[in-house]
Amino acid sequence: MRIVLTIVGKDRVGIIAKVSNLLAEHGVNILNINQNILEGFFNMVLIADMAAADVSLKDLQEMAAQIGKEIGVEIKVQHEEIFTAMHRI
Amino acid sequence: MFEIKDILETNRMISENNLDVRTITMGISLRDCAHPDINVTAQKIYDKITKKGENLVKVGEDLEAEFGIPIINKRVSVTPISIIGESCDANSYVPLAKALDAAGKAIGINFIGGFSAQVDKGYTKGDKILIASIPEALAVTDIVCSSVAIGSTKCGINMDAVAEMGRVIKKAAELTAERDAIGCAKLVVFCNAVPDNPFMAGAFHGVTEPESVINVGVSGPGVVKRALEDVRGQDIGAVAETIKKTAFKITRVGQLVAQEAARRLNTQFGIIDLSLAPTPAVGDSVAHILEEIGLESCGGPGTTATLALLNDAVKKGGLMASSYVGGLSGAFIPVSEDAGMIAAVERGSLTLEKLEAMTCVCSVGLDMIAIPGDTSAQTISAIIADEAAIGMINNKTTAVRLIPVPGKGVGDVVEFGGLLGYCPIMRVNTFKPDVFIARGGRIPAPIRSLTN
Repeated sequence: MRIVLTIVGKDRVGIIAKVSNLLAEHGVNILNINQNILEGFFNMVLIADMAAADVSLKDLQEMAAQIGKEIGVEIKVQHEEIFTAMHRI
Repeated sequence: MFEIKDILETNRMISENNLDVRTITMGISLRDCAHPDINVTAQKIYDKITKKGENLVKVGEDLEAEFGIPIINKRVSVTPISIIGESCDANSYVPLAKALDAAGKAIGINFIGGFSAQVDKGYTKGDKILIASIPEALAVTDIVCSSVAIGSTKCGINMDAVAEMGRVIKKAAELTAERDAIGCAKLVVFCNAVPDNPFMAGAFHGVTEPESVINVGVSGPGVVKRALEDVRGQDIGAVAETIKKTAFKITRVGQLVAQEAARRLNTQFGIIDLSLAPTPAVGDSVAHILEEIGLESCGGPGTTATLALLNDAVKKGGLMASSYVGGLSGAFIPVSEDAGMIAAVERGSLTLEKLEAMTCVCSVGLDMIAIPGDTSAQTISAIIADEAAIGMINNKTTAVRLIPVPGKGVGDVVEFGGLLGYCPIMRVNTFKPDVFIARGGRIPAPIRSLTN
Protein backbone atom coordinates (compact mmCIF):
# COMPACT_ATOMS: atom_id res chain seq x y z
CA MET A 1 0.00 0.00 0.00
CA ARG A 2 1.28 3.43 -0.90
CA ILE A 3 0.79 6.42 1.30
CA VAL A 4 1.03 10.17 0.86
CA LEU A 5 2.55 12.09 3.72
CA THR A 6 2.12 15.85 3.67
CA ILE A 7 3.77 18.40 5.88
CA VAL A 8 2.64 21.99 6.05
CA GLY A 9 3.94 24.55 8.52
CA LYS A 10 6.56 27.09 9.46
CA ASP A 11 10.00 26.19 8.09
CA ARG A 12 12.77 25.11 10.50
CA VAL A 13 15.86 22.92 10.53
CA GLY A 14 15.41 19.15 10.61
CA ILE A 15 11.81 18.58 9.50
CA ILE A 16 12.71 16.07 6.80
CA ALA A 17 15.29 14.42 9.05
CA LYS A 18 12.73 13.77 11.78
CA VAL A 19 10.17 12.35 9.42
CA SER A 20 12.48 10.21 7.30
CA ASN A 21 13.92 8.81 10.49
CA LEU A 22 10.45 7.73 11.63
CA LEU A 23 9.75 6.08 8.27
CA ALA A 24 13.11 4.26 8.23
CA GLU A 25 12.59 2.94 11.76
CA HIS A 26 9.36 1.29 10.71
CA GLY A 27 10.36 -0.06 7.31
CA VAL A 28 8.43 2.47 5.25
CA ASN A 29 10.21 2.98 1.93
CA ILE A 30 10.30 6.52 0.52
CA LEU A 31 9.57 6.63 -3.23
CA ASN A 32 9.41 10.33 -3.89
CA ILE A 33 9.87 13.58 -2.04
CA ASN A 34 8.68 16.94 -3.31
CA GLN A 35 9.36 19.93 -1.14
CA ASN A 36 9.32 23.70 -1.43
CA ILE A 37 8.95 26.89 0.57
CA LEU A 38 5.87 28.94 -0.35
CA GLU A 39 5.67 32.37 1.29
CA GLY A 40 7.76 31.23 4.25
CA PHE A 41 5.73 28.08 4.65
CA PHE A 42 7.25 24.66 4.37
CA ASN A 43 5.29 22.36 2.03
CA MET A 44 6.29 18.77 1.51
CA VAL A 45 4.65 15.85 -0.18
CA LEU A 46 6.24 12.47 0.31
CA ILE A 47 5.08 9.26 -1.31
CA ALA A 48 6.10 6.01 0.33
CA ASP A 49 5.46 2.31 0.22
CA MET A 50 4.25 0.47 3.32
CA ALA A 51 4.60 -3.05 1.87
CA ALA A 52 7.39 -3.93 4.32
CA ALA A 53 6.26 -1.70 7.17
CA ASP A 54 6.02 -3.07 10.70
CA VAL A 55 3.23 -0.68 11.72
CA SER A 56 -0.35 -0.05 10.59
CA LEU A 57 -1.39 3.08 8.77
CA LYS A 58 -3.31 4.19 11.84
CA ASP A 59 -0.26 3.86 14.11
CA LEU A 60 1.93 5.66 11.60
CA GLN A 61 -0.61 8.49 11.44
CA GLU A 62 -0.49 8.87 15.20
CA MET A 63 3.31 8.81 15.40
CA ALA A 64 3.64 11.31 12.57
CA ALA A 65 1.07 13.62 14.13
CA GLN A 66 3.01 13.46 17.41
CA ILE A 67 6.26 14.49 15.68
CA GLY A 68 4.35 17.28 13.96
CA LYS A 69 3.18 18.53 17.31
CA GLU A 70 6.73 18.52 18.68
CA ILE A 71 8.20 20.54 15.80
CA GLY A 72 5.21 22.78 15.15
CA VAL A 73 4.08 21.57 11.72
CA GLU A 74 1.02 19.69 10.53
CA ILE A 75 1.76 16.17 9.31
CA LYS A 76 -0.95 14.11 7.60
CA VAL A 77 -0.61 10.55 6.38
CA GLN A 78 -3.23 9.28 3.95
CA HIS A 79 -3.86 6.32 1.71
CA GLU A 80 -2.67 7.28 -1.80
CA GLU A 81 -5.97 6.27 -3.40
CA ILE A 82 -7.87 9.41 -2.42
CA PHE A 83 -5.50 11.48 -4.57
CA THR A 84 -5.58 9.00 -7.44
CA ALA A 85 -9.38 9.11 -7.37
CA MET A 86 -9.55 12.87 -7.40
CA HIS A 87 -6.76 13.76 -9.82
CA ARG A 88 -6.54 10.86 -12.27
CA ILE A 89 -9.24 9.72 -14.65
CA MET B 1 3.33 10.78 -9.55
CA PHE B 2 1.20 13.59 -8.22
CA GLU B 3 1.99 17.22 -8.44
CA ILE B 4 2.42 18.92 -5.11
CA LYS B 5 -0.41 21.33 -5.93
CA ASP B 6 -2.87 18.45 -6.50
CA ILE B 7 -2.11 16.96 -3.12
CA LEU B 8 -2.34 20.29 -1.35
CA GLU B 9 -5.57 21.12 -3.20
CA THR B 10 -7.23 17.95 -1.96
CA ASN B 11 -6.15 18.57 1.60
CA ARG B 12 -7.20 22.21 1.46
CA MET B 13 -10.66 21.15 0.25
CA ILE B 14 -10.93 18.93 3.30
CA SER B 15 -9.41 21.17 5.95
CA GLU B 16 -10.57 24.61 4.81
CA ASN B 17 -13.63 24.08 2.59
CA ASN B 18 -15.50 21.39 4.53
CA LEU B 19 -15.19 18.68 1.88
CA ASP B 20 -16.61 15.54 3.35
CA VAL B 21 -18.54 12.43 2.57
CA ARG B 22 -21.89 13.37 4.02
CA THR B 23 -23.25 9.92 4.61
CA ILE B 24 -22.61 6.24 4.15
CA THR B 25 -26.05 4.72 4.26
CA MET B 26 -26.53 0.99 4.41
CA GLY B 27 -29.80 -0.18 2.93
CA ILE B 28 -31.11 -3.32 4.60
CA SER B 29 -34.07 -5.35 3.40
CA LEU B 30 -36.44 -6.35 6.18
CA ARG B 31 -38.72 -8.38 3.92
CA ASP B 32 -37.92 -11.57 5.79
CA CYS B 33 -38.93 -10.05 9.15
CA ALA B 34 -42.72 -10.10 8.72
CA HIS B 35 -44.64 -12.17 11.30
CA PRO B 36 -48.22 -12.18 12.64
CA ASP B 37 -46.97 -11.37 16.16
CA ILE B 38 -45.69 -7.78 16.25
CA ASN B 39 -43.29 -8.55 19.10
CA VAL B 40 -41.66 -11.27 17.02
CA THR B 41 -41.47 -8.88 14.05
CA ALA B 42 -39.84 -6.23 16.25
CA GLN B 43 -37.27 -8.73 17.51
CA LYS B 44 -36.49 -9.94 13.98
CA ILE B 45 -36.03 -6.34 12.82
CA TYR B 46 -33.69 -5.60 15.72
CA ASP B 47 -31.67 -8.76 15.13
CA LYS B 48 -31.31 -8.24 11.39
CA ILE B 49 -30.23 -4.60 11.60
CA THR B 50 -27.74 -5.20 14.40
CA LYS B 51 -26.25 -8.14 12.51
CA LYS B 52 -26.05 -6.60 9.03
CA GLY B 53 -25.00 -3.21 10.28
CA GLU B 54 -22.73 -4.18 13.14
CA ASN B 55 -19.53 -3.04 11.39
CA LEU B 56 -20.93 -0.03 9.56
CA VAL B 57 -19.69 2.61 11.99
CA LYS B 58 -16.28 0.99 12.42
CA VAL B 59 -15.71 0.70 8.67
CA GLY B 60 -16.76 4.32 8.26
CA GLU B 61 -14.31 5.44 10.92
CA ASP B 62 -11.49 3.34 9.46
CA LEU B 63 -11.99 4.81 5.98
CA GLU B 64 -12.16 8.27 7.47
CA ALA B 65 -8.76 7.79 9.07
CA GLU B 66 -7.08 6.07 6.14
CA PHE B 67 -8.15 8.50 3.45
CA GLY B 68 -8.07 11.51 5.72
CA ILE B 69 -11.57 12.64 4.74
CA PRO B 70 -14.37 13.15 7.25
CA ILE B 71 -17.35 10.82 6.85
CA ILE B 72 -19.99 12.73 8.76
CA ASN B 73 -22.86 10.29 9.07
CA LYS B 74 -23.27 6.55 9.12
CA ARG B 75 -26.88 5.58 8.67
CA VAL B 76 -29.25 2.77 7.83
CA SER B 77 -32.33 2.70 5.63
CA VAL B 78 -34.81 -0.17 5.70
CA THR B 79 -37.71 -1.55 3.69
CA PRO B 80 -40.83 0.62 4.22
CA ILE B 81 -42.25 -0.57 7.53
CA SER B 82 -45.81 -0.46 6.14
CA ILE B 83 -44.88 -3.55 4.11
CA ILE B 84 -43.21 -5.37 6.99
CA GLY B 85 -45.92 -4.52 9.52
CA GLU B 86 -48.79 -5.45 7.24
CA SER B 87 -48.83 -9.11 8.29
CA CYS B 88 -48.91 -8.21 11.98
CA ASP B 89 -52.09 -8.53 13.91
CA ALA B 90 -51.70 -5.05 15.40
CA ASN B 91 -53.32 -1.64 15.14
CA SER B 92 -50.17 0.42 15.73
CA TYR B 93 -46.61 0.04 14.42
CA VAL B 94 -45.02 2.10 17.19
CA PRO B 95 -43.35 -1.09 18.60
CA LEU B 96 -41.59 -1.49 15.22
CA ALA B 97 -40.38 2.13 15.36
CA LYS B 98 -38.99 1.42 18.82
CA ALA B 99 -37.18 -1.65 17.46
CA LEU B 100 -35.62 0.48 14.70
CA ASP B 101 -34.58 3.09 17.26
CA ALA B 102 -33.00 0.51 19.57
CA ALA B 103 -31.19 -1.27 16.72
CA GLY B 104 -29.85 1.99 15.32
CA LYS B 105 -28.57 3.06 18.70
CA ALA B 106 -27.00 -0.36 19.30
CA ILE B 107 -24.85 -0.07 16.16
CA GLY B 108 -24.01 3.59 16.81
CA ILE B 109 -25.64 5.29 13.81
CA ASN B 110 -27.28 8.71 14.07
CA PHE B 111 -30.43 8.16 11.96
CA ILE B 112 -32.41 5.23 10.64
CA GLY B 113 -34.90 5.76 7.84
CA GLY B 114 -37.79 3.70 6.56
CA PHE B 115 -40.73 4.17 8.91
CA SER B 116 -42.44 4.76 5.62
CA ALA B 117 -45.38 4.08 3.37
CA GLN B 118 -46.01 4.57 -0.33
CA VAL B 119 -49.58 5.48 -1.08
CA ASP B 120 -49.28 7.21 -4.46
CA LYS B 121 -52.56 5.70 -5.60
CA GLY B 122 -54.19 4.49 -2.40
CA TYR B 123 -53.79 2.73 0.93
CA THR B 124 -53.37 -0.87 1.93
CA LYS B 125 -54.20 -1.91 5.49
CA GLY B 126 -50.54 -1.62 6.51
CA ASP B 127 -50.20 1.83 4.94
CA LYS B 128 -53.15 3.09 6.98
CA ILE B 129 -51.79 1.76 10.26
CA LEU B 130 -48.30 3.06 9.56
CA ILE B 131 -49.41 6.58 8.74
CA ALA B 132 -51.62 6.70 11.82
CA SER B 133 -48.62 5.57 13.91
CA ILE B 134 -46.23 8.26 12.64
CA PRO B 135 -46.84 11.08 15.17
CA GLU B 136 -46.41 8.83 18.20
CA ALA B 137 -43.51 6.91 16.62
CA LEU B 138 -41.57 10.12 16.05
CA ALA B 139 -42.33 11.37 19.55
CA VAL B 140 -41.18 8.25 21.40
CA THR B 141 -38.05 7.55 19.34
CA ASP B 142 -34.93 9.65 18.78
CA ILE B 143 -33.30 8.56 15.54
CA VAL B 144 -36.14 7.07 13.49
CA CYS B 145 -37.05 8.95 10.32
CA SER B 146 -40.32 8.65 8.47
CA SER B 147 -41.43 9.36 4.93
CA VAL B 148 -44.68 9.02 3.04
CA ALA B 149 -44.95 9.05 -0.75
CA ILE B 150 -48.27 10.58 -1.74
CA GLY B 151 -47.88 10.81 -5.49
CA SER B 152 -45.77 10.28 -8.58
CA THR B 153 -45.67 11.08 -12.27
CA LYS B 154 -46.89 7.58 -13.05
CA CYS B 155 -49.72 7.49 -10.50
CA GLY B 156 -50.91 11.06 -9.99
CA ILE B 157 -51.48 12.50 -6.53
CA ASN B 158 -53.43 10.81 -3.75
CA MET B 159 -55.35 13.78 -2.35
CA ASP B 160 -56.79 11.75 0.54
CA ALA B 161 -53.22 11.10 1.66
CA VAL B 162 -52.30 14.75 1.08
CA ALA B 163 -55.15 15.78 3.38
CA GLU B 164 -54.15 13.21 5.97
CA MET B 165 -50.47 14.21 5.95
CA GLY B 166 -51.43 17.78 6.83
CA ARG B 167 -53.11 16.40 9.96
CA VAL B 168 -50.25 13.97 10.67
CA ILE B 169 -47.70 16.82 10.54
CA LYS B 170 -49.83 18.89 12.92
CA LYS B 171 -50.17 15.95 15.29
CA ALA B 172 -46.42 15.20 15.16
CA ALA B 173 -45.78 18.86 16.05
CA GLU B 174 -48.23 18.71 18.92
CA LEU B 175 -46.71 15.55 20.42
CA THR B 176 -43.22 17.07 20.35
CA ALA B 177 -44.33 20.63 21.18
CA GLU B 178 -41.96 20.94 24.12
CA ARG B 179 -39.02 20.21 21.77
CA ASP B 180 -39.98 22.77 19.09
CA ALA B 181 -41.84 20.14 17.07
CA ILE B 182 -38.69 18.09 16.38
CA GLY B 183 -40.93 15.21 15.29
CA CYS B 184 -41.70 17.10 12.07
CA ALA B 185 -37.99 17.46 11.28
CA LYS B 186 -37.90 13.66 10.92
CA LEU B 187 -40.88 13.41 8.57
CA VAL B 188 -40.86 13.92 4.79
CA VAL B 189 -43.76 13.84 2.34
CA PHE B 190 -42.65 12.82 -1.16
CA CYS B 191 -43.78 12.93 -4.73
CA ASN B 192 -41.71 10.59 -6.93
CA ALA B 193 -39.89 9.07 -3.94
CA VAL B 194 -36.60 7.34 -4.79
CA PRO B 195 -35.76 3.88 -3.43
CA ASP B 196 -32.00 4.42 -3.09
CA ASN B 197 -31.71 7.84 -1.47
CA PRO B 198 -29.00 7.83 1.22
CA PHE B 199 -30.04 11.15 2.77
CA MET B 200 -32.31 11.58 5.77
CA ALA B 201 -35.05 12.07 6.65
CA GLY B 202 -36.31 10.57 3.39
CA ALA B 203 -34.14 7.47 3.07
CA PHE B 204 -35.81 4.08 2.74
CA HIS B 205 -34.69 0.80 1.18
CA GLY B 206 -37.07 0.35 -1.75
CA VAL B 207 -38.51 -2.97 -2.85
CA THR B 208 -36.38 -2.91 -6.00
CA GLU B 209 -33.20 -2.91 -3.90
CA PRO B 210 -31.06 -5.96 -3.02
CA GLU B 211 -30.71 -7.68 0.36
CA SER B 212 -28.29 -5.00 1.51
CA VAL B 213 -26.45 -2.19 -0.23
CA ILE B 214 -24.16 0.76 0.39
CA ASN B 215 -25.29 4.14 -0.93
CA VAL B 216 -23.15 7.21 -0.42
CA GLY B 217 -24.06 10.87 -0.37
CA VAL B 218 -21.28 13.29 -1.14
CA SER B 219 -21.27 16.93 -0.28
CA GLY B 220 -19.10 20.00 -0.59
CA PRO B 221 -20.91 23.33 -1.09
CA GLY B 222 -17.88 25.00 0.52
CA VAL B 223 -15.54 23.53 -2.09
CA VAL B 224 -17.73 24.79 -4.95
CA LYS B 225 -17.96 28.25 -3.40
CA ARG B 226 -14.16 28.40 -3.00
CA ALA B 227 -13.54 27.27 -6.59
CA LEU B 228 -15.92 29.94 -7.90
CA GLU B 229 -13.94 32.64 -6.11
CA ASP B 230 -11.21 32.04 -8.70
CA VAL B 231 -13.47 32.85 -11.68
CA ARG B 232 -14.94 36.13 -10.43
CA GLY B 233 -15.61 38.50 -13.34
CA GLN B 234 -15.63 35.73 -15.94
CA ASP B 235 -18.72 34.80 -17.96
CA ILE B 236 -21.36 32.32 -16.82
CA GLY B 237 -19.87 29.52 -18.96
CA ALA B 238 -16.76 29.67 -16.78
CA VAL B 239 -18.98 29.32 -13.71
CA ALA B 240 -20.68 26.19 -15.09
CA GLU B 241 -17.34 24.71 -16.10
CA THR B 242 -15.80 25.34 -12.68
CA ILE B 243 -18.77 23.73 -10.89
CA LYS B 244 -18.54 20.68 -13.18
CA LYS B 245 -14.84 20.16 -12.52
CA THR B 246 -15.31 20.57 -8.79
CA ALA B 247 -18.28 18.19 -8.72
CA PHE B 248 -16.18 15.64 -10.57
CA LYS B 249 -13.47 15.73 -7.91
CA ILE B 250 -15.93 15.59 -5.03
CA THR B 251 -17.76 12.65 -6.56
CA ARG B 252 -14.60 10.67 -7.20
CA VAL B 253 -13.88 10.73 -3.50
CA GLY B 254 -17.43 9.54 -2.78
CA GLN B 255 -17.06 6.73 -5.29
CA LEU B 256 -13.79 5.60 -3.71
CA VAL B 257 -15.29 5.58 -0.23
CA ALA B 258 -18.47 3.83 -1.40
CA GLN B 259 -16.66 1.02 -3.20
CA GLU B 260 -14.25 0.45 -0.36
CA ALA B 261 -17.04 0.53 2.24
CA ALA B 262 -19.11 -1.97 0.26
CA ARG B 263 -16.10 -4.28 -0.09
CA ARG B 264 -15.28 -4.20 3.61
CA LEU B 265 -18.90 -4.66 4.66
CA ASN B 266 -19.21 -7.58 2.29
CA THR B 267 -22.15 -6.11 0.44
CA GLN B 268 -22.73 -4.39 -2.87
CA PHE B 269 -22.17 -0.79 -3.87
CA GLY B 270 -25.44 0.81 -4.88
CA ILE B 271 -25.20 4.42 -5.95
CA ILE B 272 -23.53 7.75 -5.35
CA ASP B 273 -25.95 10.56 -4.67
CA LEU B 274 -24.51 13.66 -6.29
CA SER B 275 -25.93 16.18 -3.91
CA LEU B 276 -24.60 19.40 -2.55
CA ALA B 277 -25.86 19.07 1.00
CA PRO B 278 -25.27 22.10 3.19
CA THR B 279 -24.77 22.17 6.96
CA PRO B 280 -25.26 25.12 9.30
CA ALA B 281 -21.45 25.43 9.56
CA VAL B 282 -19.82 28.54 8.15
CA GLY B 283 -18.51 27.86 4.63
CA ASP B 284 -20.88 24.97 3.90
CA SER B 285 -23.81 26.78 2.30
CA VAL B 286 -25.62 26.38 -1.03
CA ALA B 287 -27.06 29.91 -0.69
CA HIS B 288 -23.54 31.31 -0.53
CA ILE B 289 -22.71 29.64 -3.86
CA LEU B 290 -25.63 31.47 -5.49
CA GLU B 291 -24.42 34.70 -3.93
CA GLU B 292 -20.87 33.99 -5.16
CA ILE B 293 -22.27 33.66 -8.69
CA GLY B 294 -23.53 37.21 -8.32
CA LEU B 295 -26.67 37.67 -6.24
CA GLU B 296 -26.85 40.23 -3.45
CA SER B 297 -28.91 37.79 -1.40
CA CYS B 298 -30.33 34.32 -1.99
CA GLY B 299 -34.05 34.55 -2.70
CA GLY B 300 -33.77 37.72 -4.79
CA PRO B 301 -34.36 37.84 -8.57
CA GLY B 302 -31.90 35.53 -10.33
CA THR B 303 -32.03 32.87 -7.61
CA THR B 304 -33.92 30.28 -9.67
CA ALA B 305 -31.62 30.74 -12.67
CA THR B 306 -28.40 30.43 -10.66
CA LEU B 307 -29.75 27.42 -8.78
CA ALA B 308 -30.73 25.74 -12.07
CA LEU B 309 -27.22 26.29 -13.39
CA LEU B 310 -25.65 24.94 -10.20
CA ASN B 311 -27.90 21.88 -10.05
CA ASP B 312 -27.27 20.96 -13.67
CA ALA B 313 -23.51 21.50 -13.56
CA VAL B 314 -23.18 19.37 -10.42
CA LYS B 315 -24.88 16.47 -12.21
CA LYS B 316 -22.81 16.84 -15.37
CA GLY B 317 -19.57 16.86 -13.43
CA GLY B 318 -20.55 14.07 -11.09
CA LEU B 319 -21.94 11.72 -13.72
CA MET B 320 -18.58 10.96 -15.25
CA ALA B 321 -16.96 10.46 -11.88
CA SER B 322 -19.15 7.59 -10.76
CA SER B 323 -20.24 4.40 -12.45
CA TYR B 324 -23.63 4.42 -10.71
CA VAL B 325 -25.43 7.62 -9.91
CA GLY B 326 -28.80 7.69 -8.19
CA GLY B 327 -30.68 8.92 -5.16
CA LEU B 328 -31.77 12.52 -5.27
CA SER B 329 -28.65 13.96 -6.95
CA GLY B 330 -28.80 17.73 -7.04
CA ALA B 331 -28.47 20.73 -4.78
CA PHE B 332 -30.38 20.62 -1.50
CA ILE B 333 -31.99 23.75 -0.14
CA PRO B 334 -32.98 22.95 3.46
CA VAL B 335 -33.52 26.31 5.08
CA SER B 336 -32.55 25.62 8.70
CA GLU B 337 -29.46 23.62 7.69
CA ASP B 338 -27.87 26.32 5.55
CA ALA B 339 -26.32 29.43 7.10
CA GLY B 340 -26.85 31.44 3.90
CA MET B 341 -30.53 30.46 3.63
CA ILE B 342 -31.10 31.38 7.27
CA ALA B 343 -29.46 34.78 6.75
CA ALA B 344 -31.55 35.32 3.60
CA VAL B 345 -34.76 34.63 5.53
CA GLU B 346 -33.63 36.96 8.32
CA ARG B 347 -32.95 39.83 5.94
CA GLY B 348 -36.30 39.30 4.22
CA SER B 349 -35.05 38.22 0.80
CA LEU B 350 -36.14 34.59 0.89
CA THR B 351 -39.83 33.69 1.07
CA LEU B 352 -41.77 30.44 0.97
CA GLU B 353 -43.06 31.30 -2.51
CA LYS B 354 -39.51 31.81 -3.84
CA LEU B 355 -38.43 28.55 -2.26
CA GLU B 356 -41.28 26.84 -4.11
CA ALA B 357 -39.97 28.24 -7.39
CA MET B 358 -36.47 27.06 -6.49
CA THR B 359 -37.74 23.53 -5.94
CA CYS B 360 -38.66 23.36 -9.63
CA VAL B 361 -34.98 23.32 -10.53
CA CYS B 362 -33.21 21.63 -7.64
CA SER B 363 -33.20 18.14 -6.27
CA VAL B 364 -35.75 18.12 -3.52
CA GLY B 365 -38.32 20.52 -2.16
CA LEU B 366 -39.56 22.64 0.70
CA ASP B 367 -37.14 21.35 3.27
CA MET B 368 -36.66 22.14 6.95
CA ILE B 369 -38.89 25.18 6.96
CA ALA B 370 -40.36 26.36 10.25
CA ILE B 371 -43.81 27.89 9.90
CA PRO B 372 -46.23 29.43 12.42
CA GLY B 373 -47.76 26.96 14.86
CA ASP B 374 -51.27 28.15 14.05
CA THR B 375 -50.96 27.15 10.37
CA SER B 376 -53.94 24.88 9.64
CA ALA B 377 -53.64 21.25 8.58
CA GLN B 378 -55.47 22.17 5.36
CA THR B 379 -52.92 24.86 4.52
CA ILE B 380 -50.07 22.41 5.10
CA SER B 381 -51.86 19.87 2.89
CA ALA B 382 -52.29 22.43 0.14
CA ILE B 383 -48.59 23.32 0.26
CA ILE B 384 -47.85 19.58 -0.03
CA ALA B 385 -50.22 19.37 -3.02
CA ASP B 386 -48.51 22.31 -4.76
CA GLU B 387 -45.08 20.81 -4.23
CA ALA B 388 -46.24 17.35 -5.34
CA ALA B 389 -47.73 18.89 -8.48
CA ILE B 390 -44.34 20.37 -9.37
CA GLY B 391 -42.77 16.94 -8.96
CA MET B 392 -45.49 15.09 -10.83
CA ILE B 393 -45.52 17.40 -13.84
CA ASN B 394 -41.74 17.80 -14.07
CA ASN B 395 -40.99 14.12 -13.54
CA LYS B 396 -38.76 14.84 -10.56
CA THR B 397 -38.67 14.18 -6.86
CA THR B 398 -40.19 16.82 -4.64
CA ALA B 399 -40.52 16.68 -0.89
CA VAL B 400 -42.04 18.67 1.91
CA ARG B 401 -40.59 18.85 5.40
CA LEU B 402 -42.45 21.63 7.18
CA ILE B 403 -42.34 22.28 10.90
CA PRO B 404 -45.37 24.11 12.30
CA VAL B 405 -43.91 25.10 15.67
CA PRO B 406 -46.60 25.23 18.39
CA GLY B 407 -46.81 28.57 20.14
CA LYS B 408 -44.46 30.34 17.75
CA GLY B 409 -45.14 32.85 15.01
CA VAL B 410 -43.37 34.98 12.40
CA GLY B 411 -40.46 36.77 14.07
CA ASP B 412 -39.66 33.91 16.44
CA VAL B 413 -36.66 31.65 15.95
CA VAL B 414 -36.59 27.91 16.44
CA GLU B 415 -33.45 25.95 17.31
CA PHE B 416 -33.21 22.26 16.41
CA GLY B 417 -29.54 21.84 17.18
CA GLY B 418 -26.76 19.93 15.44
CA LEU B 419 -27.05 19.24 11.72
CA LEU B 420 -30.71 20.29 11.76
CA GLY B 421 -29.71 23.88 12.55
CA TYR B 422 -32.00 26.76 13.45
CA CYS B 423 -34.48 28.90 11.58
CA PRO B 424 -36.65 31.98 11.83
CA ILE B 425 -40.35 31.13 11.45
CA MET B 426 -41.40 31.90 7.85
CA ARG B 427 -44.60 33.62 6.81
CA VAL B 428 -47.29 31.45 5.20
CA ASN B 429 -50.03 32.74 2.88
CA THR B 430 -53.20 32.48 4.98
CA PHE B 431 -55.89 32.43 2.27
CA LYS B 432 -57.77 29.18 2.82
CA PRO B 433 -57.58 26.06 0.57
CA ASP B 434 -60.01 24.15 2.84
CA VAL B 435 -62.69 23.39 0.26
CA PHE B 436 -60.12 22.06 -2.21
CA ILE B 437 -58.50 19.82 0.40
CA ALA B 438 -61.89 18.55 1.65
CA ARG B 439 -62.70 17.17 -1.82
CA GLY B 440 -60.32 14.21 -1.45
CA GLY B 441 -59.87 11.68 -4.26
CA ARG B 442 -56.96 11.43 -6.66
CA ILE B 443 -55.41 13.81 -9.17
CA PRO B 444 -55.08 11.71 -12.35
CA ALA B 445 -51.62 10.86 -13.65
CA PRO B 446 -50.50 13.56 -16.07
CA ILE B 447 -50.25 13.20 -19.83
CA ARG B 448 -46.49 12.87 -19.57
CA SER B 449 -46.89 9.61 -17.65
CA LEU B 450 -48.12 8.00 -20.86
CA THR B 451 -44.70 7.43 -22.36
CA ASN B 452 -45.09 3.87 -23.60
